[in-house]
Amino acid sequence: MSQLILEQALNGLQFGLMLFLLAAGLTLVFGIMDMINLSHGSLYMGGAYFAAAAAQASGSFAVGILAAVAGMALVGTLLELAVLRHFYKRDHLSQVLATFALILIANELVRMVWGPQPMMLNPPEALSGPVEILGFFYPAYRLLIIGVGLAVALFLYLLVAKTRVGMWVRAGAANREMTEAMGVNVRRLFTAIFALGAALCAIAGALLGPLLAVQVGMGENILILAFVVIVIGGIGSIRGALVGSLLVGVGDTLGRALLPTLLRSVASSEVASNLGPALASILIYALMAAVLFWKPQGLFPARG
Amino acid sequence: MSKPLRAALLAAAIASAPAFAADKVKIGFLSTLSGPGAGLGVDIRDGFQLAVKSLGGKVGGLPAEVIVADDAQNPDTAKQTTEKFLKKDKVDFMTGIVFSNLMLAVGKPVFDSHTFYISANAGPSQYAGADCNPYFFNVAWQNDNLHEAVGKYVNDQGFKNVVLLAPNYPGGKDAMSGFKRFYKGKVAEEIYTKMGQLDYAAELAQVRATKPDALFFFLPGGMGINFVKQFVAAGLSKDVRLFAPGFSADEDVIKAVGAPMLGLFNSSHWAHDMDNAANKKFVADFQKEYGRLPSLYASQGYDAALLIDAAVRDSKGKLEDKAAVKKALEAAKFASVRGAFKFNSNHYPVQDYYLRLIRQDGQGRVTNKTMGTIFTQHADAYVGECKMK
Repeated sequence: MSQLILEQALNGLQFGLMLFLLAAGLTLVFGIMDMINLSHGSLYMGGAYFAAAAAQASGSFAVGILAAVAGMALVGTLLELAVLRHFYKRDHLSQVLATFALILIANELVRMVWGPQPMMLNPPEALSGPVEILGFFYPAYRLLIIGVGLAVALFLYLLVAKTRVGMWVRAGAANREMTEAMGVNVRRLFTAIFALGAALCAIAGALLGPLLAVQVGMGENILILAFVVIVIGGIGSIRGALVGSLLVGVGDTLGRALLPTLLRSVASSEVASNLGPALASILIYALMAAVLFWKPQGLFPARG
Repeated sequence: MSKPLRAALLAAAIASAPAFAADKVKIGFLSTLSGPGAGLGVDIRDGFQLAVKSLGGKVGGLPAEVIVADDAQNPDTAKQTTEKFLKKDKVDFMTGIVFSNLMLAVGKPVFDSHTFYISANAGPSQYAGADCNPYFFNVAWQNDNLHEAVGKYVNDQGFKNVVLLAPNYPGGKDAMSGFKRFYKGKVAEEIYTKMGQLDYAAELAQVRATKPDALFFFLPGGMGINFVKQFVAAGLSKDVRLFAPGFSADEDVIKAVGAPMLGLFNSSHWAHDMDNAANKKFVADFQKEYGRLPSLYASQGYDAALLIDAAVRDSKGKLEDKAAVKKALEAAKFASVRGAFKFNSNHYPVQDYYLRLIRQDGQGRVTNKTMGTIFTQHADAYVGECKMK
């Protein structure tokens, strides 16, 4: 039983860290620029497609990831310069409409270029099997994802907490007008943050591609979870995004694994198998509602 | 001519419109052509189109117009397109739906408009039993059937402790009850997953903790591809034997997963190595046309087109004469690629089910080989509840 919980915790950690990569970019864009970007999920989809295409062309998974990161950082920059910066001053409804349009455009573009059927992206051969840790087997590829996720989280922490750019970012999240008044070039900072967010999305897309499926519309489902994460964590806070991601990742995984079993001990298996999955998928939203009720600003609010 | 008179004449002309043979046959083909389930819909479509092409673009001697649409595995999209097929295109037949939840969503409007639905895949228990309908025919199987066959085989092989896994939708429920109808050992765990789920880490950890001797999974399309890959990556294949219906072990999954599929026993009503003239022609034509081996879905699409061809031919093209078309459909006078089969009173097949094994064939391809027969002339369990009008 303890082994089961340990394995599920690893699964939750893996899922949570990937959510963090998405939520980190989203929370910065939302928190600092006060911009609701629904098309964040499309950047994730773009990353997965870039990775799959580059990996197929070159035969190397690592090349796929690098191509995805570079490609999506470029796409993110262009998107910010060409479209999104014109919406910072508009109200949230215009932003939602404009970025929803971007989702539709991105989905159609991908359909036109790569077709409606999912694309194959396989993990490197060496990582396709299991490895033994602490007396049980765990997929090597998922360990890689956990490793990369932790490394990126550490990098972001150092970037935000220890560098001058990070100071600007934190200042921008806390009070944008004052930061501008202090002489920070916020326009250029925004472009850089957006490119960084897109690159993080690309890492998540490329890493999750082999586990899930590289397909049109893959961004929308995970985007909802990313929004849940930043609401729980507090908008604009990287630390909040990390804690929120891990809560959602571990909560969702453990709920899915343990709830049906728990229910079976109190109800018939028919009821348990119907109710269990439904309850498990509600769990994280219940968590979000609870956080909103007791801490409406999220667990780690960026603004004082 | 005065306006009212012209209108009256027009009305009379419409009222007396053809009780004669139609001049063409319109077929609405609605299937899942995008997303993780796309492989299934594409195979059904390709099989269907191949049959129409081999008939010279005609069914029953009349020019065929096949209108293809994608339901994106979304019941609302399926309903909208069905309305369009029925009201705007006024199709004579509908076919193509892969997933039972979509089939159940569009069934009523189709039957109410007295349009024949020829299911090339979805075979929900509802339409086999209490809700059976004269306008619904399933040319493939009832959902439970392939799972019943696996259940019987797993039982006969002496497995005693089995975990079952299926998506939480009508087809998944049918799968579980089908398996359990013939498997008498202990069910260690019944796991229902979300439809379209792609990450099975949590479920696999649960399987590892349960320590079963076998695992039966029904995960059509992309779900199954991901599941088998992750099952192997988790190192479970050493301790747990996998069993699946043919849906999770056919060309679409094999192509994506490859060698880890070797040694998987599965069940089907059809296999590409079946020895009959119709099947040999089908498999050869399919490979020539599309450059890949057909899956069971493709064979079902092909048979659906042949059934419509036979029905139009035997009703002499009088598609407005619903009783004649129904009678011709029930007779099913065509050479099916699965060999002999006939319709039961609930419009579902009575047929043989086979055991297949995935292994390397003479040309080094990883593919299915037929190993034997599990059921002969097998009917579904719901026919007794059907009171066909």
